[in-house]
Amino acid sequence: MSVNKETLLNIIECMQKNITENRSYLSDLDRAIGDGDHGINMDRGFQEVMKKMDDMKNQDLAGILRTTGMTLAFKVGGASGPLYGTAFMKASDLLKGKDEIVIEDLPSLLDAGIGGIQMRGKAEQHEKTMLDALIPAKIALEEALAGGSSSDESIKAMLDACEAGAEYTKTIKATKGRASYIGERSIGHMDPGAASSLILLQSIAEVIQ
Amino acid sequence: MVGILLVSHVQSLADGVKELAKMIAPSVPIVAIGGLPDGSPGTDVERIFSGLNEVDQGDGVMIFMDLGSAVMSTEMALEFDPNEKHIMQNAPMVEGTIVAASAIQAGSTLEEACSLVESQRNVDKF
Repeated sequence: MSVNKETLLNIIECMQKNITENRSYLSDLDRAIGDGDHGINMDRGFQEVMKKMDDMKNQDLAGILRTTGMTLAFKVGGASGPLYGTAFMKASDLLKGKDEIVIEDLPSLLDAGIGGIQMRGKAEQHEKTMLDALIPAKIALEEALAGGSSSDESIKAMLDACEAGAEYTKTIKATKGRASYIGERSIGHMDPGAASSLILLQSIAEVIQ
Repeated sequence: MVGILLVSHVQSLADGVKELAKMIAPSVPIVAIGGLPDGSPGTDVERIFSGLNEVDQGDGVMIFMDLGSAVMSTEMALEFDPNEKHIMQNAPMVEGTIVAASAIQAGSTLEEACSLVESQRNVDKF
């Protein structure tokens, strides 16, 4: 697996397509435990990112992720904007001067993104957030690669862990964000941020596999 | 004079807090930001930027936020345009704004008004 500029732009386009397709699904999840706008917000953010496509075609890998992050941070309108925005910008820092991403780079890119989300949201794992999907995904990818799995196998392991992590958020109560106000009653519902994180990772896989 | 920036998810909430504060502190510069450019609820980093520029007279700005993403969006705005005199206040928006506005109206500096808000932020309502 190798991601150049063109592939990265395809990934971002794919993220937009999948977020837009899942707009109602994400808002429905949010309506159950939050304010019901996660799908609308994420869709608005990625639509704005698409408007930057022409600019991004003239940027390097780091620039593309930075523009994506800034746009999400500025345009999403809900907490997920600064969270995903910071994640993309932190990952962008690792790509300075690079013109290719290989599979071995992916865990550290995810790690930087996760670090950004934790910094911005001051959250930990097991609080029913996007981190519950992303952290296991990163660990599974790292372990698969370390164990000598192929690129495709490792990506599959990452997605499986991400999906299991998103499912896991149904079983725990929220202790972060607005969902924490409903406490025990948040159990049984998937965290919308974990669901959108899964969609974003699935989009990466969809393009590179 | 120290300025006050209010960051809310809805414009009318920010406007209401401003109206209340202006009753006791008519000279204090207060800018109320709320919602997204299209008027729907949310917080918008660009609007926070322009609000900061509008309210800053050079003596500093105290920023009061309502909930969740208002805090994160304000953090982002401050990271892109760092200014040590633009200070987020860890206090309830209504109470904090009234404490700060009263102090600034009476001549407090940024530092004095911030420590007053800090000392008052856990005061019981009754």
